[in-house]
Amino acid sequence: MNAGRQAHAYLMLLPALALLVAFTHYPAVATLVDSFMSTPKPNRPSVFVGLENYASMIDDPIFWQALRNNLWFALATIPLSVGLALAMALWVNGKMMGRGLLRMAYFTPTVLPMIAVANIWLFFYTPSYGLLEQVGGFFGLPSHNWLGDKSTALASITAVAVWKEAGFFMIFYLAALQGISPSLREAAAIEGAGRWFFFRRVLWPLLMPTTIFVLVNAVINAFRMVDHVVVMTRGGPDNATSLLLYHLYEVGFKFWDQGYAAAITVVLLGTLAAVALVQFFVLDKKAHY
Amino acid sequence: MSQAGSQSAAGIVDTVAAWLLAILWILPLLYAVWTAFHPSEYSAKFTLLAPLTLENFERAWQAAPFARYFLNTTLLVTLILCSQLVLCTLAAYAFVRYEFRGKNVLFALVLVQLMIMPDILLVENYKTMSKLGLIDTLFGIGLPYFASAFAIFLLRQTFKSIPKELVEAATMEGASSMQILWRVYVPLAKPVYVAFALVSVSYHWNNFLWPLVVTNSVNSRPLTVGLQVFASTDQGIDWSIITAATLLTAAPLLLAFLLFQRQFVQSFMRAGIK
Repeated sequence: MNAGRQAHAYLMLLPALALLVAFTHYPAVATLVDSFMSTPKPNRPSVFVGLENYASMIDDPIFWQALRNNLWFALATIPLSVGLALAMALWVNGKMMGRGLLRMAYFTPTVLPMIAVANIWLFFYTPSYGLLEQVGGFFGLPSHNWLGDKSTALASITAVAVWKEAGFFMIFYLAALQGISPSLREAAAIEGAGRWFFFRRVLWPLLMPTTIFVLVNAVINAFRMVDHVVVMTRGGPDNATSLLLYHLYEVGFKFWDQGYAAAITVVLLGTLAAVALVQFFVLDKKAHY
Repeated sequence: MSQAGSQSAAGIVDTVAAWLLAILWILPLLYAVWTAFHPSEYSAKFTLLAPLTLENFERAWQAAPFARYFLNTTLLVTLILCSQLVLCTLAAYAFVRYEFRGKNVLFALVLVQLMIMPDILLVENYKTMSKLGLIDTLFGIGLPYFASAFAIFLLRQTFKSIPKELVEAATMEGASSMQILWRVYVPLAKPVYVAFALVSVSYHWNNFLWPLVVTNSVNSRPLTVGLQVFASTDQGIDWSIITAATLLTAAPLLLAFLLFQRQFVQSFMRAGIK
């Protein structure tokens, strides 16, 4: 190891690392510091306030509502989008009629901007005018304001998220399925194993690493997707569809309360760190047999 | 015999289910196409004889500076992609070809960004941008994404799989370290570069929240933010025009996807497996 070569290596790393530190590591640490500070005002600089921001977070009913919404959103989108993705991949990977078209239909939502498709879905859900209403009306169902009603708004935006994500996750399952030797299926057929048995005993264990990879991505996305909330509901009605990142956006850039916004960011960072730790220490060990 | 019978029955059920799901998945897009290409009185009425029109696109194009938004997004996506390719190639090469102190720690630091994306740190990054005077500039929107942990990780994996013999042969011929990178590593990693480029372009073409926060004028607004401003303030509820604008925004990626479908799917696969 000579010094010149080492210096060369550091020089090549420097630009990328400097940017990563400036926009990932530094802001993560600064957020933690700021969460213990007050929000600076023109005539009053930021001062240390201890846990005050966290205290106001605990007293903030909208925060709890956003957290609850986000958990429901995650609990619904993760299994639905991953399950559908697996079904799609199995279908498209088989000898099904028109599978090229099927694959295209499933994957298309992935390449469309969320902001654009949210506008289309907004129209879809429009009371007494949108497609959903027309189909419902055809079957004699009463008119319903899907996004305006507190009891259906969160489910409505969850559907959009599942629709957007499933095709993306399908790709990873498809890649994994194509790596599985066809002779396994032939062997299973000779042994007289049924389809379900083959799936449960052969495919599912072989797909486990992919499932874990997809699950981790699905969890991260569940706390990161907000574009459709901005377009479709703005967190309403009555905060029924406010998610954590959306609440953070409102606190940070509508109410300009930086101290409190930092405290919410810390909660989000903590959630993602927990996901990372579970992945490293629990799931990665289970993926190998 | 009964085994084969139940297999084919299951096959039919599968096929029907797969197609129903596909129709459901493509329906919103078809609906948008219908609405955008017909006069507004047909936007929710489906008759075969409805006249086709391009008027909605014309009106949308004139009602907001979409030409400027297109330019901004194109510049932004190009800027981000070029920086990512250069910076991440250099970093990945350093991790693969060099031995230096703190290598593993530095690589672990890089991987942190896979979990904590700039999207979530928007309050702090906004402060940094305003200190740097980069609010409302394309450079400011792109800067946090110039170094991508994902690209470094992907390229490092690829570079590692390149046979040592090729590198040794080039060294024997007297090629310098940079020449080896440029003549051996980069050409052999081409499929991975294409894959990453497609993933990066579609991500940043569609990115919304961070650009929404750092921009506040037509000069730097990308398409996604422009569309949102347009749809929420200017239009009331003329769905035909909003849908036309929506399709305009999505059109370049959508057309590219329909034309190079196989390439797209394979790229996303390749980026995902590594």
